[in-house]
Order: sequence, then structure tokens, then C-alpha cells
Amino acid sequence: MATAQQEIAAAMPKTLVAQDTRGVNAYIKSGAPYVWVTAAAISVAFIITLALLVLTATRGLPHFWPADLVQGRYQQPERDAESLLVEIRSAEEITTARLRDAGLAVTDDKPLHQRLLVKQANRDVNGVDFRYLLSDWLVERSEPADAVVLERTEWGNFHGFLAGIDEDGKPVDSGADLWALFQQRVDRANELRSKLRAIEKGRIGSINYAIERVRLDQRRLQLDGRTPENDPAAYAELDQRRKEQEAAYQGLRGELDLIKAELARDTVRVRTVDGSEVTLPLAKILDAYRPNAMNLLQKTGYFFHRLWKFVSEEPREANTEGGIFPAIFGTVLMVLLMSVVVMPFGVLAALYLREYARQGVVTQSIRIAVNNLAGVPSIVYGMFGLGFFVYFVGGNIDRALYSESLPAPTFGTPGILWSSLTLALLTLPVVIVATEEGLARIPRSLREASLALGATKAETLWRVVLPMASPAMMTGLILAIARAAGEVAPLMLVGVVKLAPSLPLDGDFPYLHLERKFMHLGFHIYDVGFQSPNVEAARPLVYATAFLLVLVILALNLTAISIRNRLRERYKALEG
Amino acid sequence: MTQVSPAEAPDRKPRSIVAGSAGYQPRYLKDRLAKIVVLIGGIGVIAALLLIFVYLLTEVAPLFAGAAFEARPAITVPDDGSPALYVAAEEQGEVGTRIGQSGVLNFFDLHSGALRAQVALPVGGIALQRVVDVAPERSVLAGGLVDGSVLIFQLDYKVTYPDDKRLITPSVVYPRGEAPLPFMPQAPVHLAVRSSDDALMLAGADADGNLYLKSFEVTTSLMGDSEVTESAVQKLPAPVKPDLLLLEPEMRWLYAIDKAAGKIAFYRVNGSEAPKLIEVADADAPIVDAHYLAGGISIIVAHRDGRLSQWFPARQQGGANEGETYLAHVRDFQLENGATPTAIGAEPRRRGFAVGDDQGRVSLFYATSGRLIHQQKLLDTSVAALAFNPRAQLLLALGTDGRLVATDVHNEHPEISLSALWGKVWYESYDEPKLLWQSSSASADFEPKFSMAPLALGTLKGAFYAMIFAVPIAVLGAIFTANFMSPEMRQVVKPAVEVLAALPSVILGFLAGLWLAPFVESNLPGMFLALLLLPLAVPTFGYLWMRAPQRVRQSVPMGWEAALLMPVIALIVWFCFLVAKPIEALAFGGNMQAWMDHVLGIGYDQRNALVVGIAMGVAVIPVVFSIAEDAIFSVPKHLSLGSLALGATPWQTLIGVVLPTASPGIFSAIMIGLGRAVGETMIVLMATGNTPVTDFSLFSGMRTLAANVAVEMPESEVGSTHFRMLFLSGLVLFLFTFFFNTVAEVVRSRLRRKYSSL
Repeated sequence: MATAQQEIAAAMPKTLVAQDTRGVNAYIKSGAPYVWVTAAAISVAFIITLALLVLTATRGLPHFWPADLVQGRYQQPERDAESLLVEIRSAEEITTARLRDAGLAVTDDKPLHQRLLVKQANRDVNGVDFRYLLSDWLVERSEPADAVVLERTEWGNFHGFLAGIDEDGKPVDSGADLWALFQQRVDRANELRSKLRAIEKGRIGSINYAIERVRLDQRRLQLDGRTPENDPAAYAELDQRRKEQEAAYQGLRGELDLIKAELARDTVRVRTVDGSEVTLPLAKILDAYRPNAMNLLQKTGYFFHRLWKFVSEEPREANTEGGIFPAIFGTVLMVLLMSVVVMPFGVLAALYLREYARQGVVTQSIRIAVNNLAGVPSIVYGMFGLGFFVYFVGGNIDRALYSESLPAPTFGTPGILWSSLTLALLTLPVVIVATEEGLARIPRSLREASLALGATKAETLWRVVLPMASPAMMTGLILAIARAAGEVAPLMLVGVVKLAPSLPLDGDFPYLHLERKFMHLGFHIYDVGFQSPNVEAARPLVYATAFLLVLVILALNLTAISIRNRLRERYKALEG
Repeated sequence: MTQVSPAEAPDRKPRSIVAGSAGYQPRYLKDRLAKIVVLIGGIGVIAALLLIFVYLLTEVAPLFAGAAFEARPAITVPDDGSPALYVAAEEQGEVGTRIGQSGVLNFFDLHSGALRAQVALPVGGIALQRVVDVAPERSVLAGGLVDGSVLIFQLDYKVTYPDDKRLITPSVVYPRGEAPLPFMPQAPVHLAVRSSDDALMLAGADADGNLYLKSFEVTTSLMGDSEVTESAVQKLPAPVKPDLLLLEPEMRWLYAIDKAAGKIAFYRVNGSEAPKLIEVADADAPIVDAHYLAGGISIIVAHRDGRLSQWFPARQQGGANEGETYLAHVRDFQLENGATPTAIGAEPRRRGFAVGDDQGRVSLFYATSGRLIHQQKLLDTSVAALAFNPRAQLLLALGTDGRLVATDVHNEHPEISLSALWGKVWYESYDEPKLLWQSSSASADFEPKFSMAPLALGTLKGAFYAMIFAVPIAVLGAIFTANFMSPEMRQVVKPAVEVLAALPSVILGFLAGLWLAPFVESNLPGMFLALLLLPLAVPTFGYLWMRAPQRVRQSVPMGWEAALLMPVIALIVWFCFLVAKPIEALAFGGNMQAWMDHVLGIGYDQRNALVVGIAMGVAVIPVVFSIAEDAIFSVPKHLSLGSLALGATPWQTLIGVVLPTASPGIFSAIMIGLGRAVGETMIVLMATGNTPVTDFSLFSGMRTLAANVAVEMPESEVGSTHFRMLFLSGLVLFLFTFFFNTVAEVVRSRLRRKYSSL
């Protein structure tokens, strides 16, 4: 095939040699301009692909880089000057007319002005943390080395300068290095906070779960017609359980109060750029750094530190700050559950179609239909999932098994089980088609050899055919996973939420809570990018989330492609 | 397939013969078991996939199921010796109410006709002349007395559950006091009363053709004392001799109908201004009855010739009187069999109404969808009165002989008809027929607007612009990749573009909405410049390349032209955006959108079809590219080589030989791409404003079927018309994509057979 290509290409100059080959007419007549246009088309497609990847990466990753803080005076005409300490996020050229439409008193001396998007942080003081500035008006710029960025649990970041540390309201003598002391105190606060979290989320969460179980058990008893009069033993047992949990809770309460008091000990005084001093409790400070005092190596280190926090922490402040761990966890768990369902059933269907069904018009049309189901819009699967799985199947399960918690639905509401089943249906055609293709590629001689040696059909399938088809099945599964991981539209109907209170997998029996709702990377992108109260703050996080999702899906797809290629080589060898 | 059955497999192993069936049986059993498992599993999976289609159908089917009456046996209503003025049924369909001329209310059992309770209104022996609805949803009524005064009362049904059995206790309360309000000097021929929390309005007509109006206003002081201000009785000019009055619940419009003349006088009676006659509309035929529909906007007028007409106030469109209010004749309905209507009953919460005729038949209509839903003969005599209960599950038909038939009404989805789904519908409060999708609103008596047309148009619009963007790039790119590109480069380029297909659409949508849309908005001139310049610049570059010194040309091997073009294209695009802003400042006054709006009259939304076209185009490109490339690449090589050998240029070979052979494949690639564009959800959801529109402008947004489902499905009430409508859009999407994919698949498999025969 390669030779054919070269021959075509080689033919081009030869045919043109005899005539005038240099003129415009000849150029047009030869059809070469059209060839160039087709070449341009594929170049554009390729450029778009690259540009998309580069765009998501370059927009998301810089967010984790500790950018320098710029101090300056913002002098708008006929207004008082402001002192600013900002992080410059982006710059673009804007026409004067547009700026004037936006109500800025720009001069007409040039047609274009540079506009900066800056993060000024201090949302509690300034109201907004992002704003646009005209570059020309930001004067007397400098980068003070002692400027600090504080990451807080609420109100976003704080930009300013350290002034001092208080312990129980009394100033601490910091000696020479206030910054080192401050970092120690931040570390201490972080340790206390993680203890607090472990108790609140972990142990108190378990107690709440246990108390809820007691309530449901009691309701169950009532539904079964057992009252405290006719079955006092059962009720006494429930009371006992409830009392145990409440006692445990009281114990934890004391522990919690102690830690909270410890945590409240330290406060830090910080000075904003316009000179006012603010006192912040250290309990609300998560992290602190001085970007202007960092060298490249430190910055790189800090970059990866923040990247790690992004993938390992929970979101804060309506998902606009913090990490995306629950979304990653939810996506992975949902995809795993889906794989458990889709793999065996997909393979069974493929085996049936290829090995057992009589090959004829009917099988052929079923094959085409299954193939085409892959092209049915995913939202249609979502509707099916909502109507059939959630309302019909889930509703019936609730009535039959979970009547004690009605009218609050257990399975009759969107959840991770229904999401995985819906996506399993959605990806079944992918697995079936890939497996069938793998089965079709296995040379008949191998099957016949196995049968000739006396193996039954089942043995042939199990020992010969399936092992050989396993790479194809893997390809199908990987493609299915890649598709499922990126699918959002159906999930919006059958189970994702913007913020799940608890993960679907935890330490409380039965550990895997299939009825719970979950967070998902793709939906996180949609939700934070489009429903967020603070879009500017969330935007880099969304880009970063998108980049992560793209990386995962690209990796899965490339794996699938390479497996497929290797597979083809292998069968070529067999056939030859 | 020829297979060697295991049973016939030659027994080469002596051991198994020796051991007899003992070693043989379990294996054979296992084989059978495996076969059964695969059969059940495989068929089950395929059945599950088919279930999707069946399920969608079962959810959609009730939309078109029509309505049914389930009539209970006729009963004789216990009367008080005077003619009936009014009948009604309570919510549960258990207790009926009859009001007689003497002012006695009989509450009776709707199954047996037995009297349950009797209440006499405090009318002091004066007979009632008329009983009319004030607020039918709360069972508030007004009775006009023979002496011209008016009594307002409310039917109250208390539901209790002694011994877990439902018990309904009817009673009467008087929200405006037990004393009749003085109103007219003589008995009303007809009466209209409306009340709200702070106002009450009475309108009445007497036998001499006088039209009276009176209003009460309740003002509540800061201290919480309320005071009733009573206006004097006004006499309105009456160009007709009114004998039927309808007053709007909001107390703004009054209709005085002259039945015999077939004329409707239409007044504005707004509180502060003096009442004003706006027009006298000619209904063309004598009128029998008229009734307000739920929501208090439309009136339904029944004509003696069997016609029913719907009217509501609208504003003039165009002409000299633009913007002025007039009484619009919206649509007509027709009774069948030449019957004459005798009574109208309106559903309290939907725009449905029932019409009884002189043949004892009841016809059920729905205003919005403009259709006759059901008709059935319920009575032997002519129908004297019709009434729905508040849930509209029960319809009472009273005959002239005093017999009453209560019928259960099963009418779940009257809003849907083919014309309402696809045609323009004149909705209430609109000034002309429109294509609208508006499924829900804050108010309860809202008229839902279920026109699929804006959604279908939006879907096609999005898909159209996406295809416009994607098809040239994908197909031309496929041509070059399959036909001219060097194999080494193809090995990189093809998977790279195909990987794009795996990119989640949520990412494309997010980039389109948050990056591309603002970018396009501030770089619109640059976009157009690039679109214009690129197709020109590329062939020019090709020409220059041809004229370049041979040494330069030979540095790029054949088939790598695309690689050569990449930096060129990137450079051109960069240049376009570089000069675009100065050009915008010079030529378009610095703001191209404002310029377009002022000079060309084209509105601009930030999230528009251009953005969606590009974003969805990017999603479609790899799909079309991959399939088209396969089709072109697998054209047997001896065909093109033959052509080249005969002296055709590569381009001539492509046009004359390769493309005609591969065209079915390219066609099926485009079909599959179209299927993807039509069903795409997230990109449209994020990159358009999701407003249902019916224009095809490049610079406005849209709402597609798929995005509509994603937006509205979670809030939709299960089993409601809205819910089923969403399933209908899902079914439409399913069938559409399934059809196009099947066509593409069939075309492709034929092509494959053709190639293998060549």
C-alpha cells in the first residue's frame, strides 16, 4: 500500500513535465491547488487536536504555580488612587470603543489598550477577588519579597504582609524570623484540624449512621406489627443500641471541644496593602507561602505540592476552591461497577452472536442494530435509566425491601448503582462489537484443531478461543471505560450531584452504599464552570479538572489502540 | 458453519472408552450448560437493549391514547321542589351539590343519589334568580336574588377519617357575611361576580337591557383594621341587550353577551379608571352559552349552529391600531352530527371544557390543542348543565328531566395533538399564533406550551452549523490522508485525529462556553478574516511552493505537504487575529457586535450557533474523518494506478476514479456524523443560551431536543404530560439517529462487498 502512495506521488511531476509547468493556469489545471486545500484541511484538524490539548493544559496547570505578587498603585483618571497587591492572571488587547462602552474613561490616543485580569484576593475586605485593570493605569509596580499569600478555609485567599502572631490574644515574641514561626504555627493548626476532621467525619459519621439504622429498624418493627407491648425485647435491644451510640457521642464531644480550644489559640495579624491590619484565626488558614521570595526550585516544589492537594483533597467554598478527590473517587468507583456489569454480559452477547447464533439475516440485523445503539444519543440512555431503573425498578425495590424508610426513597432515587447500570447499557455495544471483532479474527483452523482433538465446544471456547480473544475484550473494556468516564449527560439524570455529603464507599456496614449519589469529574466540570457563584475563581480549577480527565481518557484510549495493534500483529503471525 | 459435534468426535483416547460414560458425561453436561448460559445471557443482553426502545414507546404511548368516559348509573337528584340553578361535585367525586331556585342546597351521594345534607341559604324567603361561579377552584359561588341583591357563599367539604374510612361533611360558609349585598334595583337576567383578597366586583344585567357594575374595595390599615369602601352602582352604556355576563377573575375585562343577536360587548373595567366599552364583536351566530376557561383569560362561546368559539383579549399586530387591545377570535370547534350545544362545563385547572348538546351527548374539547378529544351520549334528554369536580376526574351532566349522570373522566394528556406539536398555536396572552416551548411556570393555572417545532429547529440548526464546519475539514482531510499522505505521517495523523473522538463532550462544551464564546465575541473580525483568508492563502502558498527553488522543494518529501502547511496555517491564523483588533477599531467603530446591530440589524448572543457549530464540529470531525478515510483508503489500488498509468493527474484520478468509488462510504460517514451532532447534549447545553428560538441566525443561540431533556427531566413530574413529552423527544432522537446509522451501516456493508468483488 505504501508503494502505491509513492507511485501516485511520483506520478505528479512526470505528467506535468511535457507542458508549461510554471504558469498559474497550469498550476490550476493540474489540480494541485485542490490538493493543497485538502492538505490544509487535515492540517487544520490536526492543529485543532493539538490546540485543544495544549489549551486545557496551559489554562489549568498555571493555577498551581505560585505566581509572583505585584504591588502597585492603580490610578484611574479622576478617581482616588488605590494600592493593590495582585496576582496577574492574563492580559489581552481591547479596543478603546469597547472599554468606553464598559464605562472606562480611556483616552483616544491609541486604538487598543492592554487589559489585565488580576486576582486581588481578600474577598472579605474587597467584595470580589477578581477584577480587570487597565495596564496603563497600574503604576509604580514592584514585587515585595515579604508579600504572603494565605489560603483560607473561607473567603478565598488573602494577600498581605505578616505583622505578628498572637497566642490567646497576647503577642508572641517571634525573634528574628517571624515567617519561620508562622509556618510552624500553620503546621500545628493543620495537624489539629486533621484530627478534628478524623473525629467529625469518621467516628461521628459512623455514630450518626448507626443511630439512623436504629431508627429504621424501629420503623421496620412497627411495619411488621410489633409494638413495644407485644415485643418488648426487640424494643429494649434498640434502646440499648441507641444509648450506646449516644454515650459514645458524648465522649467524642468532649474530645472535640478540647481540640477546638487548642485550635483557637493562635491568631495572626496581617497587614493589607493599603495599611489596615486584620486579625485572622489560624484555625482558618490552610496554607501560606511567599511567592516573591521563592526561587525556581522552591516554586516547582510548591507547584507539585498544590497539584497533589488538588487531587487528594475535598472541595471547599461551593466547589470553587480545594480539591476534587470525591469526584475522582466517584468516577473511578462508578466506572469499576460498570465494568463488572458490562464485561460478562458484553462477552456473553458477543459469544452468542458469533459462536452460537445461526448466521443469517436475523443475526446480521441484530448485529447492525447493536452496532447502531452505540450511536444513539447518550441522553436517551439517561432517560431510560431514570424512567426504568430509578422510578420503576428502584421504586419497586423500595416498596418491597426498604418500606421502613418510605416516603424517603432509598433506591427509588438516582444513585451510583443506577448510574453504573445505565452506563453499562450505554457501553454494551462497544464491548460487544470489539469482542465480536476479536472472535472473528481467530482463525477457524484453531477451533477445528481443538474440536478434532476431542474437546467439546465449551472447552474449545474456554481454553482456545477466549484466551486468544482476551486482548480484543480488553480493548472493548478500555474503550467502554474511556467512554463512560467522560459521559455526563445521562449521569445528570441518574445519579451525580454537585456535592455529595459522603463517599459511596466507607467504613460503615455494608461499606459499599450503592444507593448513594456521587460526584463525577465530568459533571464537576459542567457544574463548577457553569453553575458556580464565582466563575473566575473556579475557572482554573475547571481547566485543571478537564486536563486531568483528558489525560485519563487519552491514556485509556492510547492503551486500547496499542493493544489492538499488537493484537493485529499477533494474528498476522498466526495466519501466516 | 460446519462444526464437529463433540458427540461424534472420534474417540481416540482409549481411556475414555474404558471408563465408559463416567468421564464423558460431566464434560458433555458442562458443554450443554455453557450453551444454555450463553444463549440466555446473549439473548438477555440483546433483549435488554431492545427494552430501551420498548420502554420509550410505553412512556410515550399514553400521550396519544385519547380519553374515555366511564359513566355511573343515572341518578335522580333529590330536589326541593324548585328548578335547579347549579350543580357541582367535590374533589373526591363522592358528594354532589344541587342549588334550587328556593335557595336550598341539597348535598347528595353521587353513587346512590341519596340525600346527605340540606342547607338553606339565608335569603329570607326571596327566590334565587341566578347562581354563578366566583372562584370555581375554591367552590366560591354567588347567588343573584330576585330583589337584585347578591349573596356570596362557599361550599366547604371537610374530609375526616373516622375508623380509617373517608367521611366527607359538606357545609356552607359565607366569606362576605350572611346578609345579601344590595346591588340592582330589580332581578338580574344574568350576573357576574369576582372577588379577590382585597376587592369584590359585581356586574349584572336586567330584563330591560341595563348593565350595572359595582365594586367593593377592602383597605387594611397599619393597625390591621380593614375597611370596606363601596363604590356607587354604575350603569354602563349597553350597545347590545346583554343576557349573559362574564367578568375576568382579575376584574379587568367584562363581556356582555347578547345571545339572540350573537354579539359580544367587550369592556375594560379596571379599578381606577372609568369603565370603557372597547368594542362589540360580532360572533356571526346566535349564542347559547358562554363560559370562562381555567386561568381566567379565554372565554368559550357556544353558538346555536353547533360551533364553539374561543376568544381572549389581545393586542393588534401591525396596521393603524398597533398595540391596541381587541377581542381576538382565536379558534373554533365544531360539534358533530349537527347538534346544538346547550351547556358548557370547564375544567378548573386545565384548558379543557365539555359541551353538552340537545341530543344528550357530551363532547370533550381541549382549547390549546384545538381538538375534540372524546364524545359520548350520556343522557336521553338534552343536557341542562355540566360541571367538573375540581380535579376534573368527574363530570356531572344534568338532564332537563332532572336526571343526573356522573361520569369518571380519564383524560390524562389532552394538551397534545399533531397540530399543537408542530404547528403555530395561538396561546393565551400572546398576540398572534407562535411556535413556543415553555413547559412550566411559577403559577398553577399556567397554559403549558408544548410545541416541538422550536426544539426540532434548534436541533437541526445546531447540527447544520456543525456539519457546515466539520464536513469540509473531515472529508477533505480524509481525502488527503488516504490518497496523498506519506504512510509514515499517516500513522501519526490518523490516530491523533481519531483520539479527538474520545474527548468527552463535556470538555468540548466547557471550552466552547467558557473559552471560545468570549474569544469569538472579542475577536469576531479575526474569525471572519481567518475564514476568508485561509482558503485563499493555502493555494497561493502552493503556487509559491511550486515556484520555489528545487533544492527547497526537495527538502520536504512527497506526502508531507500537510506538515509543511501546519506552521503556515498557524501563522496565517495568528496574523488574522493580530490585525483584527486594529481593523475592528478602524472599520467597525471598535465594536463589531454593536456595528452589526446598528448597521445590519443582526443581534448577537455571546453563546451562539457559530460557537456551537465550531465546538460540535470538532466533536463530529473525527467521526466523519475516520470512516471517510477508511472508505477512501480501501479503494482498490489497481483502480487508481490504472488511471494514473493512462496519464491522468493525481487530482483527476481522485475526482474520476477514487471518489466515485468511495462516495457511498463518505456518505455514510456524513450520516453517522449527523447522528452524533443531532444527539449531542453537553456541548449544546454549555455553549448555547438554551433559549428555544425559531430563527436560523448564526449569531443567536438555540435549544435542542437533547439539551432540553437534560435541563427539564430532573424537575419533571413523573407521568405528567411534560414527562411524556420529554420521552417523546427522546424517542424522536432515538429513531432519528438509529435510522441514519442504519442507513449508513447498510451502505457501508454494501460498499465493503463491492470492494471485495473488485
